[in-house]
This record gives sequence, C-alpha cells and structure tokens, in this order.
Amino acid sequence: MASTPEEPRFDGRGGKWIGASVRRREDPRLVTGRGRFVDDIHLHGMLHAGFVRATVAHGKITELDLSAAREVDGVVAAYSAEDLQLGDMVALLDRPPEEFTPTTMPILARGKVRFVGEPVALVIAKDPYAVEDGIEAAQVSYEVLDAVVSEETALAEDAPLVHEDAPSNVLLDVTSFDTPGVDEAFAEGCVIELVTRSGRQNALPLETRGAVASWDDRDEQLLVQTCSQVPHQVRTVLARSLRIPERSVRVVVPDMGGGFGQKCVVGREEIAVAAAAKLLRRPVKWIEDRSEALASGFLAREQRYRTRAAFTPDGQLTALESDIVCDMGAYSCYPFTVGIEPLMAAAEMPSVYRVPAYRVRARAITSNKAPTAPYRGVSRPQYVMVMERIMDLAARRLGLDPVEIRRRNVITEFPYTGINKVTYDPGSYLESLELGEKILRDEGWYELREKNPHLGIGFSCFSERTGYGSEAFAKRKMTVVPGFDVSEIRMDLTGSVVVTSGTINHGQSHETTFAQIVAERLGVDLAKVKLRQGDTERISYGWGTFASRSVTIGGSAVATAATRLGEQLCVIAAHLLDTRVENVGLDGDGGVIQLDDPNRRLSFEEIADVAYLRSHLLPKEAEPTLTATAAFDVPGDGTFSNATHAVVVEADPGTGQVKILRYACVEDCGVVINPKVVDGQARGGIAQGIAGALFEEVTYAENGEPSAASFIDYLVPTAAEIPDITVDHLETPCAFTESGAKGAGEGGTIGAPAAVLNAVNDLLWRTGVQLEQTPIHPEAVLAALAAADREKAGTGA
Amino acid sequence: MKPAAFAYHRAHDVADAVGLLSDLAARGREPKAIAGGQSLMPMMSFRLARPSDLVDLGRLRDQPGMTEIAHTGSTLRLGAMTTHRQVELARLGPDFAVLAEAMRYVGHLPIRSRGTVGGSLVHGDATAEWCMLALLLDAVIVAEGPNGRREIPAGEMFYGFYATAVEADEVVTEVRFTRAAPKAALTEFSRRAGDFATVAAAVTLEPRADGSLEGGRVVLGGVAPAPLRVPEAEAVLAGGAPGPELFAACGRAAAEAIDPRGDAQGSADYRRALTRTLVARSLGQAWERGDR
Amino acid sequence: MTDKQLIVLTVNGEEHELLVEPRWTLLDVLRHNVGLTGTHVGCEHGVCGACTILVDGEPVRACLMYAVQAEGCAIRTVEDLGTPEEPNDLQQAFSEHHGLQCGFCTPGFLMLAEGFLAQEPSPTREAIRETVSSNLCRCTGYQTIVDAIEATAAQRSAESGKKEDAVR
Repeated sequence: MASTPEEPRFDGRGGKWIGASVRRREDPRLVTGRGRFVDDIHLHGMLHAGFVRATVAHGKITELDLSAAREVDGVVAAYSAEDLQLGDMVALLDRPPEEFTPTTMPILARGKVRFVGEPVALVIAKDPYAVEDGIEAAQVSYEVLDAVVSEETALAEDAPLVHEDAPSNVLLDVTSFDTPGVDEAFAEGCVIELVTRSGRQNALPLETRGAVASWDDRDEQLLVQTCSQVPHQVRTVLARSLRIPERSVRVVVPDMGGGFGQKCVVGREEIAVAAAAKLLRRPVKWIEDRSEALASGFLAREQRYRTRAAFTPDGQLTALESDIVCDMGAYSCYPFTVGIEPLMAAAEMPSVYRVPAYRVRARAITSNKAPTAPYRGVSRPQYVMVMERIMDLAARRLGLDPVEIRRRNVITEFPYTGINKVTYDPGSYLESLELGEKILRDEGWYELREKNPHLGIGFSCFSERTGYGSEAFAKRKMTVVPGFDVSEIRMDLTGSVVVTSGTINHGQSHETTFAQIVAERLGVDLAKVKLRQGDTERISYGWGTFASRSVTIGGSAVATAATRLGEQLCVIAAHLLDTRVENVGLDGDGGVIQLDDPNRRLSFEEIADVAYLRSHLLPKEAEPTLTATAAFDVPGDGTFSNATHAVVVEADPGTGQVKILRYACVEDCGVVINPKVVDGQARGGIAQGIAGALFEEVTYAENGEPSAASFIDYLVPTAAEIPDITVDHLETPCAFTESGAKGAGEGGTIGAPAAVLNAVNDLLWRTGVQLEQTPIHPEAVLAALAAADREKAGTGA
Repeated sequence: MKPAAFAYHRAHDVADAVGLLSDLAARGREPKAIAGGQSLMPMMSFRLARPSDLVDLGRLRDQPGMTEIAHTGSTLRLGAMTTHRQVELARLGPDFAVLAEAMRYVGHLPIRSRGTVGGSLVHGDATAEWCMLALLLDAVIVAEGPNGRREIPAGEMFYGFYATAVEADEVVTEVRFTRAAPKAALTEFSRRAGDFATVAAAVTLEPRADGSLEGGRVVLGGVAPAPLRVPEAEAVLAGGAPGPELFAACGRAAAEAIDPRGDAQGSADYRRALTRTLVARSLGQAWERGDR
Repeated sequence: MTDKQLIVLTVNGEEHELLVEPRWTLLDVLRHNVGLTGTHVGCEHGVCGACTILVDGEPVRACLMYAVQAEGCAIRTVEDLGTPEEPNDLQQAFSEHHGLQCGFCTPGFLMLAEGFLAQEPSPTREAIRETVSSNLCRCTGYQTIVDAIEATAAQRSAESGKKEDAVR
C-alpha cells in the first residue's frame, strides 16, 4: 500500500528514543568495576611521579636541593624547573592594559612560590610510596614574604605583590554597561543595599586529577592519558610547553570520575609528568592524592558583591549596581583566565529580571591561595544569590510576597534583549516560579510555617545560559575562543555506527543521550550506536565539556552528522532502488524505504555492502564508504535554561543546624532527551549547591595556610545532609539546537545557595538578623536565634 | 598520602604482643600496636604518625574472651578486640543499653566494623564515644605489660590530648563497665553525619523512689583536650526534680564550668551553647529511658 | 624501603601469593598487585568510602587496612558481584534507578550495600540513608542510591519470602 502524505512518517526528530529514560550505556562496566579510570592504567615499565610542593604561601626559594631525594631507595629521578626548562602557561584576554594584566604560570615554580601546594619539583620513583619518601627528602628553603589572603590585604596600598608585574594585585578590572538612568533611579526609588560573600570551594570530583604519560618512538608521539574535560587544550599547552609539534602529542581521556570544571583547565602537573616521560623514555603516572587535591587543586567561588538595587513602591526593579570582587588566587588558569568569574558575573547578573538601568564593576584579584578554575555554575550561584536576596529584601521592605515581587519583575516576553545586551530565548520563568510556589502551598508548608517559628521558606528563580557558542564567548574577549564542536559518524558493514564528539563524558551520560540522538536521527536501534570521545587522534578538534555545552553544541553536531549520513544512505538507496532520492526515506528501523512503495526497502547492511564491497555499483554523486562529518556552533547569544527552586528549612534552636525539609526543583531545559539523566543532573547539582550553602569552605590562616587538608575539615555533605529532591519538568524547546534541548548540567548548583539562604533568612527575619554569606554556619544561625530569644525574654520580664 | 616505611610483626597472643612491644622498645625502636587501625592508619597516611614497627593485634581476636561481650551482675565486660559494630548489634539489656545506642555516633558502618573498643580507648580522642562512656559508667581498663597485668580506672585513664595511662609496651585486653545505668544517654553535634563531634554529652540519672533525683553524671567531649566529667553540672542534678527546667539548668552549669577552645567547627562560645543544648537533651533522653 | 614479605590473600575466592611491603595498603595491593582495579582510591584516609570492600563479609575501607593484615581473611571486591553481561540484582538496581553518574564511587557503594543488606535484610529507608551516609558521592545527590538499595532490599525480601513459602 502506498503511503499517503497525511500519514505520519519517521522524521528522525522525535518519538522512539528521544524523551525515553533508557538504561545508561555506561552502566554495565561502571557497576562491575570494569571502567577504565586513569589510575587503572598500568603500562610496562611504568614509573610514578609526585610533586615537592610549597609549604609557604608566599616566598622566595632560597634553596632547592634534590640530591638527597635522588638518593632515596626507589627514586629514579628528580627535576626542578631548571632541569625541565618548560615553557610557561599564559592565558590572555584581548583587553587593554587598564582592564587586564597578563601573568604567567610556570609549570614548576621558578624563584618564587605563590601558594601552599604550588609544585616546586618533580620526583619520579618505582612506586608511589618511594615517591613520597623522595619528596620528603627534598630540601627546599624559603624567604617567607607577607601573604595576600583577603580582599583587604590584596587591595591595601602597601600590599605585598603576588605578581611583580601586576602592581595592584588586580588582574582584571572592568566597568560595564553603565547605562543611563542608574543614578536617577537610586535617587527616587526604594533602595536595597547589601554585601554578600561566598566561601572558596573545591569542585571536588571524587576522582582526583591524574595522568599517565608515555613516549612512543615509532609514532614519534607523546601519549598522555589524562582526566581532562578539554583534551585538545591540553595538547596545545603540552606542545607549546615542550616545544614540539602538536602532531607529536596525543591526549586520550579515559573514564573520568567527575570534573565539575576543575578538570576543564590545563594542569601544570600533567605537563611536567609528560615532560618527564619524554626525558626518561618510560611511562610515568601521576595521581593527585586527596590532600594535594584539597590544598592545591583548582578552587572557585570566593566572591564579594556590594550591590544596590532600586525599586518603585509597587515593586518594580528600576536599577541595579554592583561592585564585584573575585579572589582568583595565585594564577590565571588556561585557557579561561582570571576573567572567568568576574566577566560571567558582570555579563549575566540581571538574571531573569527586567532591569532598566545597570552598572557593574567586576574585578579579579590575585592572592596567595590555590588558583581557580571554572566550577559548575561559574559565578551564577553567587549573582543569583544576590538577585534573589534583593528580591526577598525588597519584598519585605515593600510589604509584598516574595513570589509576587518576582512575578512583577520576571521576564515574560521572548526573545528579550536585556540591559546587558544579551538576548534571552524563550523560557518558562514565570511558569516555573508559579509551579514552585504551588507545590509548597499544596503540600501545606505555608500553614506549617505559621505554627513553627523555626521553619523558613525560600525561592530562587533563575536562568542559565547553556551552550555558549563562539559569538557569546567572543564577547568575553578571550584570545582562545571556545564555541563550536565537531562530530564524525561512520557506519560499518553490520549497519552499526561509531559517532565521535569533541565533548567529554564524565558522568553526564553522553554515551547514552548522544546515542539516543543518533538512533532517533538514523532510525536504528540504540545498541547499534557507539559514541567515542576523548582522543585527539580520533576527534579532529573539540572544545570538551563545560558550561552545559555538551548536549546543546556537541549533541547538535552529532545530530547533524547523523542526518548527513542518513542522506548518504538515501542517495545510495535511491540509486539501487532505481528511483528519485525524493522518493526514499529512512524507515526508522534500520533501513531505507521507497515512499511510494514501502515494500521496496534496503537495509543499512545492504547499503553498506555496496558502499564498501561493491563500490562500482554506487551512484556518481556518492563516494565509497559511509562517513559524514558535521560542525555546530550556537549562534548569537545562545540558549537559556531556567528553573525555580522552592525550599523549606528548619533550624534547630539548640544548635543552629539547618535541616532541609523539602526541596522542589522546577526546571526547563527544553526538549528532554532522557528524563532520568536530567533529573540526575538537577539533583546532583543541587547537592553541590547545598554543599556551598551550608557546608564547604576552604579558609586560610593569615600566613596563607589552607584550613582544609582532609575530608575531616572539608565538609562534603553525605546522604544524611542532602534531602530527597523532586524535579518537575517544563519544556520550552530551543529553536537553535538540533534536538531542541538546552543544557542541564549546571542549573541545580546555581539555584541552591540562593534558595537555601532565602529560606534561612525567612525564619531569621523575626530575629532582626539576616545572613548574607555562604556557607551558612550553624553558629551564626544559633547566635541570631539566641539573641532574639534573649531580647524576647528581656522585654517579657 | 602513603605511610612511611615500617616493619610488621604479627602477635599471636597477648604475651607475644607485649614481648614484641617491649623488645622493640628496648632496641631503641618506636613500635606501635595496631588493632582495628581506624584512627592510626589515617595518621600514618598523612605521616603524622610514623612508628618504626607495627605490632598487629589482629590475631588476638581468636584468643579467648578478646571479642566477648559478657554481662555478669552489674558489670559488663568487653574484650578489647570487640568491634563497635558488635556492640551496636548486641543486646546489652537496659543497664548498658546506652553503649549500643551510642555506637551510631562512631564513624560509619565500615569504620565500626573494624574499629575496636580497646583501640579507641587507647587512642584517647577527646570526642571518642568510648572514652566518654568509660568515664560515664566507671569503666576499668585492663592492660597487660612486661610487669604483668594492671587495672586502670577510667578516672585515671585520660589526661591530655591523645594521651592515656596505657604505656607503649602495654596491651589492653578488656574493659569492664562497673556502673549500671538504665537512665543514660549520649548525644552529639557535628555539622556532618559521622564526623568527630564538635561537642558530645553523655549523662546518667539516678532517680529516687520519691521521684526526685539522687544524682546524675555528666561527661563532655570536645570541650577540653580529653573527655571530662563536670562536677558543677552533676551538683545541679543531686536532689533536684527531674524535668526540662532542671535539665536546662544542668546544661547551663556545664556550659559555665568548661573552658573550651574555638576552631573551624565552632568558637568557644558556640561550644558552650552546644554544651547547654546537648546536656539538656541527653538528660531528657536519659529520663525517658527505663522505668521511671 | 623496607623488606618485602610474602603473603597470601584470598580475594573473591581465589588465592594470590604476593610480595608486598608492610606499608602497602590493602587498597593498593588489590589494585596494583592483584590487578582488581574496580576498588577505587578516593581519599586514603577512610572518609570517602570509594574503596569499601567486604572483609569476612563486613564492609570495610580498603585504605584503612594494610595488606599484611588481611592474610587469612575472605576478601570480596566489586568484581565478584556480577559481570557486565550478568550484573547482580543490586548492580542492576543501581543502573535502573540512575544511582550512578561518573561511576567512580559506585563500587564502594555497592560493597557497602552488600555488606549492610547481608546484616540487615529489611532496613527502613532511614536506615539505608544512614548507611549510605558512610560514603561520598559527588554526582547523584544520593537519593537514587538510596532508591536502588531500597528496591534491592524489597526484591530480596520478596524472593526469600517466596522461597520460605515454597518450603512450607
């Protein structure tokens, strides 16, 4: 029977695989201990590496003697910066000197150390135990300099200088927008002022960083297997630092135990270890241990915002002004630079609200603390916290309900071009807010709050740009502009496909979701699709995984490549079926059918047989083999996911401990490829946000000694602290991405600190104390509650 | 985070362990006994502890009585190699139920499965539940050394930061809890589950027939270099009428009596506030226990 | 370096003769000498639980035992539970409930849960959550790990109930 045009036909866009919570392709190996993480790699003759690290935060190296280390039983070699002579890492912005001061990061410290844990020398030994013996034997002396450990010490007039070539300890200072009307609005309106701070955090992938490097004389190539979110960036830095061509470096990423941004910058250690492997002509493995990861891994989030916002009496936000200082630590990370946090904050602070007038100054300061990298959410947890605190404080001042004031200010018409010159694509800001509120109302939490003075309710409503294309990143004025991604797809004789992506799966389930996209596009069974990532030899180029870009950009490249392969299959099939290409189509079941006679069908295997083994039968317009490639870049300002988090907390009046009783997330990441995966991203992100709100912080003593050297001091929350979380989905499809999906990786982390802080401040309101700092220490909560109780007792008596 | 090198010796019985420890010490080495190792091993991994020799007591588990829980009369005897988990799962009866209940605060399941009562007492952490319970229930710690066997009352056991009366060449073989306490409770506060307590409070109450209190005992952890009894707080209980007001007063007295140090987990004031809360809560829980 | 000692470890029912330094942790020896890399290194100070294994049936941290101490014990690692083709019920439940993302902590949680369920076959959700709080996961937020263990416990209870019924 001939198909009629009215009949729905497989179009490769929706239905069978997209939107299904299919079981993850990653799981069989991971649940049986058969994953291959970097520390699972063992090469013949492999040596082990470790680093002599700075024990002072700021000091001149007056002595560095590795001779005793080299004598230690089992030690094979020890190297200083002088021994290795590696090129420095330099991350730049294309900005004038008054805005940006470039600094360099040596691979091993030269002459001076700038933070506790900075790598000073490299010890290579036969096993990791001997490595530590060797490290202990190294002699290093320092002339200790005053340490810069706070905004105050960094910006003081006679401040010690972290970098001699940065005469103010300010590495970035950008004043943006400064639109007309700011001062007028503040002169007229109800003005909310607040200073917020967030503690320094460690992204804390459970797998620490690590690399195995080996030199292959046949390939004339250094093979570096490293847990990195950005293997092509590692390749570039390796080639530059070792002064060898890029073709002489192959970077491979094995299974990776989380990254969250900490692994999306190039580490000094992976370069040093590779250099040693090349020198020694032996494989060298380096696995960061937990105390190194805590003391000297890349950190994030230490920010201070001094903000003013003006409102009309009926609660319309009229102006926003903020002074932002981000403590970026000792060095500028490659490739993102110290601009990563302040520039993100300045560009996107208006968030989901209509802001008529805006002025922002954003600075990056350098200090004698471990350097920073982008961490899941990058500044958005912080500025969302500011905006959401402003909404709550304004609501209190103006006598409005917190949800109502948001309702009056939230963007509802799309596309919307904000005061920050960013165009927001359609989202469900208001809908998510209203659903979030409804959930708490329907469950009776508002009534419970009436009865329990230690109960608080808090919201956060926010959007998040996901999948920054090159245009969006170019606005940051980076000299290295991420954005596009590429994919190659190849079908074999069995009709199975291998598809590549420049993104890197490390928990995000790409092997499953990308396979779902391809299976949908080609109309093949999921089991026929295998994703390959993380190999600079297999993937011509890729920007890796960060900034919630994988499904938006990488997923679109994969989808486009699959579509092109489908077109090739159709061209060949039409020729073999002796009909026009317009008269054939993918049948959704591993074959191509003739549209006016569906009984005429060729399976992919039959087409592949011709493409490879009987190419003389191919049409002129088709080349042998079945391969397609595609590149994809998100145009313009990209796409925004959004969410509302609604939280109920209870404070223990005897300890100040905050317990989360209810956490509801209403999120919109466009078309959901795999609901279970999206829920997982939301919940895991929220857990990290709660960690920042209530538990985790790396503090420093005056001399720059970090407080958190073990998991005893760095309070990663457990299952006892993280509550069950409901996730509701709204779906506003993205017009720019192939699948209609928006990014889902970071939202959870972004919304949690604001919602939790608002909930705590809701219950504290009666005490007259409002906390504007994360993590919220129970001591501060208890102090506020106790002071209020004393006052009450006092007035009552 | 790899320990420094050490030599390993496996003790086959208590005498063997004592012999190894004293011989090694006599040869100028710095041996250390390891039982469950759940506190010692992390310190060795950070190289904060670096014994020259480890004398492994693991095989002592197989010796008579070393992992035995025996309740005779008003005394509960625990073999030194008994694990926290064994105690947690044991039915100890109302007199010593607090021991089993307190075990939920000792680290987490895997730590409790390997850590031992004797090891914990010898380690002498200021927040360790076993050390507090020893003070609370008049434990007698039995140690064997080159000069024979001696009994150390809990009151003479803990005298400073990780410092106990057990000598380096002695091995703890058993601990006897000699004070039955049907009305007893231990509560703790830590920001994160399973962590060392910021402050912990263990209490007992002894009711009279007329409903008033004969007295009670208050032991605190986390407020001094070693766990301590607080006589000032106990004095509040003696002769008092049990109830929230008395318990709160006792908590206040305990908070006033101590001189805690502040750290990242809380200032001295915060520790005092926690003491107030936890003492009162422990007393409330203890009062609810057993028949009134 | 100290002298090495010859030891015999029984891992997953198989005996291994190994030459080890006394200071080598059971964790390192399992991974690098026995070659079972499913047990992961997370913190080496007993907090994160990524290295949780079963020793004589009880869940313990492999980083808090020296290999020399483990002679004579029955050691069980994640590799003994099931295979990629035939995972056991707990492994399947972790997958079904999306109880893992990056998968690095997963072997530790699996062995923790196996040891726990062997001791307490019908735990409450609260008891499961308390046990799950023994280990750290940075990806999932724990909820789905609790779900997976809860589902396994329920399924195992139902099955053992059926078996008992069959015996009667």
